[in-house]
Amino acid sequence: MPSSTRTVFSLIIINKAGGLIYQREYQAGLRSLSTNDYLVLAGTFHGVHAITRSITPKLPLAQTSPAITSPGGNAPVGFTYPNPGVPASGLEHLETEKFRLTCFQTLTGTKFLLFTDPMTGNVDTIMNKIYELYADYVMKNPFYQLEMPVRCEAFDRHLGAWLRGRT
Amino acid sequence: MAAPPRHSAMLSVSNAAATPQSGSSDKSQTPQQPSTPQPTQGLRVPSNRKTIYDRHLNRSRNAELSRASFAYLFAEMVTYAQRRVTGIQDLEKRLNEQGYPLGLRLLDLLFYRTTTTSSSALSSSSTSSSPPNRPLRILTLLHLIHGPLWRLLFGRSADALEHSVSPDTPNEYMITDNDPLVNTYISVPREMNQLNCAAFVAGIIEGVCDGCGFEAKVSAHNQPTEMWPSRTVFLLGFGESVMEREKVLERAGIK
Repeated sequence: MPSSTRTVFSLIIINKAGGLIYQREYQAGLRSLSTNDYLVLAGTFHGVHAITRSITPKLPLAQTSPAITSPGGNAPVGFTYPNPGVPASGLEHLETEKFRLTCFQTLTGTKFLLFTDPMTGNVDTIMNKIYELYADYVMKNPFYQLEMPVRCEAFDRHLGAWLRGRT
Repeated sequence: MAAPPRHSAMLSVSNAAATPQSGSSDKSQTPQQPSTPQPTQGLRVPSNRKTIYDRHLNRSRNAELSRASFAYLFAEMVTYAQRRVTGIQDLEKRLNEQGYPLGLRLLDLLFYRTTTTSSSALSSSSTSSSPPNRPLRILTLLHLIHGPLWRLLFGRSADALEHSVSPDTPNEYMITDNDPLVNTYISVPREMNQLNCAAFVAGIIEGVCDGCGFEAKVSAHNQPTEMWPSRTVFLLGFGESVMEREKVLERAGIK
């Protein structure tokens, strides 16, 4: 597979409050935004993500056994998601002709946004590796303050080396 | 096998719960014990029924620890040392002080493990004709640190051992580690770039030197290269008394 079809354009990490904590580009010639624009982009995406999560369609619980539910008091009418075991997730993919945006939200609420070529396969593997590197070189670093911008030289180094050596 | 009665009692209970038809199939069931839920039990007993107290001190082959737990523990130690420090030197001094007692204590274990490579530990202790294991000369001590101590701590030898080339400081030696384990996950912020958290390891080395009777000051310094960004040099400066004794021993021909 030619390397041009397996490209990672850039990576953005957003903390659980919607603040931008990390932004790197891995491809030359991308139009770069100003720092302020990146902050706005991160905040906007955080809002859109929350909206997409909350507009997940819900199904009203079937009133098959009113005799059992009524003794529980005047509980609000229950709803369920179409797939009950899985909690509602927000936006996961956003695809255009020229790029694909993949969003991965960790259990703690940190979001990883990966801009890739639409032909790039195995984005999940890439995302998992990025998460692993983040857990190693950011979270195990005693000088990193939680929810603050990531300034970890070892993280930059390993991430860059891996993303470049991967293709 | 001298297992404590408390543990054996617990295990027999859990065995009975897991396998009602114990007996001939008991051995085959043993490895599956950790998967059986034991909510009332506070202490986790390893599946081979041996706690750390039952293990032989010399058995170090499988005594490996999780690197992630160590990384978190060490990160917490650095954070702890960072409280109320006045500067980078103060922080390095604190890390050094945390490592020093570890080095003193580690030394005995190291000697014990290097002397008793065979199982005849007790018989050869008093009447053996083997040379004493304790280093008397600086070079022997440095080899002990470079090899056995590094293997005990990090599972490999250090990468280089050098003597200071400057004629002003004949008492200085350098041990190089290309990628210190303690610094694997640590990125020091730019405004503190003098700091090297391997000062903790320097403290361990200092403890080992002092325990052997070699008064020394050990410090850790960054010397990054293109290939090894976290390359660290441990600078050992021996005291005056050590250097004088070294001269006497050299004349006497003691190795």
